[in-house]
Amino acid sequence: MESNVQTTKVLPTTGKKRRKKFIGSEAFYGYLFVSPMVIGFLLVMLFPLVYSIYISLTDWQLLGDPNFIGSENYQRLVNDPDFWVVLKNTIIFAAGLVPINILMALLLALLLQKSLPGIGLFRTAIFIPVMTSIVVWSIIWKYMFGTEEGFINQILAAVGIDGPAWLYDPDLAMGAVIVVSALKNVGLNMVLFLAALQQVDKNLYEASYLDGANRLKQFTNVTLPMITPTVFLTLILTVIGSMKVFGQIYVMTNGGPGNTTKVLVYYIWENAFKLFDFGYASAIALVLFVIILFFTIIQWSARRRWVFHEE
Amino acid sequence: MKNKKKSGIFTKLSFYGVLTFISLIMIVPLLWMINTSFKDSTKVFVFQFIPNPFKWENYLQVLESTPFHLFYFNSFYIAILVTAGTIFLGSLAGYAFAKLTFKGSSFLFLCLLSTMMIPVEVITIPLFLFMRDLGLINTHVPLIAIPILGPAGVFGVFVMRQFFLLVPKELEEAAKLDGCSYFRIYWNIMLPLAKPAVATLTIFTFLTSWNEFYEPLIYINSKELMTLPVALALFTDEVGTKWELLMSASVMATVPLLIVFFFAQKQFIEGVAMTGGK
Repeated sequence: MESNVQTTKVLPTTGKKRRKKFIGSEAFYGYLFVSPMVIGFLLVMLFPLVYSIYISLTDWQLLGDPNFIGSENYQRLVNDPDFWVVLKNTIIFAAGLVPINILMALLLALLLQKSLPGIGLFRTAIFIPVMTSIVVWSIIWKYMFGTEEGFINQILAAVGIDGPAWLYDPDLAMGAVIVVSALKNVGLNMVLFLAALQQVDKNLYEASYLDGANRLKQFTNVTLPMITPTVFLTLILTVIGSMKVFGQIYVMTNGGPGNTTKVLVYYIWENAFKLFDFGYASAIALVLFVIILFFTIIQWSARRRWVFHEE
Repeated sequence: MKNKKKSGIFTKLSFYGVLTFISLIMIVPLLWMINTSFKDSTKVFVFQFIPNPFKWENYLQVLESTPFHLFYFNSFYIAILVTAGTIFLGSLAGYAFAKLTFKGSSFLFLCLLSTMMIPVEVITIPLFLFMRDLGLINTHVPLIAIPILGPAGVFGVFVMRQFFLLVPKELEEAAKLDGCSYFRIYWNIMLPLAKPAVATLTIFTFLTSWNEFYEPLIYINSKELMTLPVALALFTDEVGTKWELLMSASVMATVPLLIVFFFAQKQFIEGVAMTGGK
């Protein structure tokens, strides 16, 4: 930090004229205007990221000085059965959520792209959960999933089904959380797909109609290829989002029953802010970072290819 | 011909059927929340279209047993400050990146963009330790400063830059000839032009901040400093199965904002579509 300040000071003083010219110049204001965000980027994002690598190599606790312990936290990670369960749970969550979310959003976008009466009402209804806080949404669903007399089990009872203890059944809890999460955010992806559908060139439909394509063929040969980039990018974003799931788990299940809904961010939070084992929690957090980095790189390379393709 | 008409009606019926079903799944939980919030504690699991007895006292009970007005105030003023900060710094940097030429501008922009892939959940531990060294745990400073300088702010820079790139150069040139400083060009010409982008960003940032859960959960310990989502989550642990009170609290936390966004939804939905939902 110190040496940086010096070098920037040295540069303009090489000549008085040059300095005068720089201050008040376009470039000067350019640097000035972006400086808060660049400093913010260094302080709030880059430095913490690098620092968390260091923390992961120590035995940092709430009190006392941290000691450097090398790769011990990572060895512990590999041998920690809970970590593997948590990783598995996170993958199960993503594997359940992503297809439900994407397919439902796609279906809704296709239905809602027509301008039939009442469409606006449906769009609003489906978008409302997106604007609701995840905490509120999860509290309501926890209440509706109630075992004895919950809303859902009462409806099931009305048709003669004895409803299970949704959130207390190791086989069902994760499924319930997945459905609740999918419903919360399906509206967001629907809107993205709607925007993509509106950009498909109408002439393509006419041309394919003249070529004798039916509705289904039009969908597979015109619509789908044209919106594939959006679908793919949305898919990756949804995968990344599902890797970071936390609020609904915290409210609905607290990671239980047993460990069946404990996911990565929950495990990081638990280790860092309940057990105050910052070193170990940082090691897990870096695993999460690497996973997300992997998907981000896929997303960026795909975006670059498609942008090129579109031009 | 007749056949075709018949199948037309059938598709229309199934079309509305599917949509109505899915919309109901989305809306019923919220209606059930409002409904329960007025119920008597002995009837929270009874289906009643209009609760009987109709207990609006539930709301009073929530307001009396928790400092709910403080949660409201905290959420509100934090969201306002985060939004104002993001709009100001984001548009200032966005303007510079789009319109001013300076060495390394595209490199710096790329650096900022690349941070969008760093999840806050990953860097919260070092940030927590910094804030602890600065004595800022259990204050609102981290809840305001981190989003503005971090992910929300970067997103703001990105949105504003995209917008300013579309503004024709001539406007600026004319202002420059009139002797306007760069800051005046930004403040008097560019920012007023960017109203649609600012509106989108305002709604998006405000909502994100209002609903933020992870950061306040970590940084805040005292009840009177909590924001609505954290307070609600804690309230769940406190009152246990007093669902009618939980639902009253949830209604208070949700409905005012839903009403606001109901009117701004067009802008919001367009904004999401434009910015790719991040």
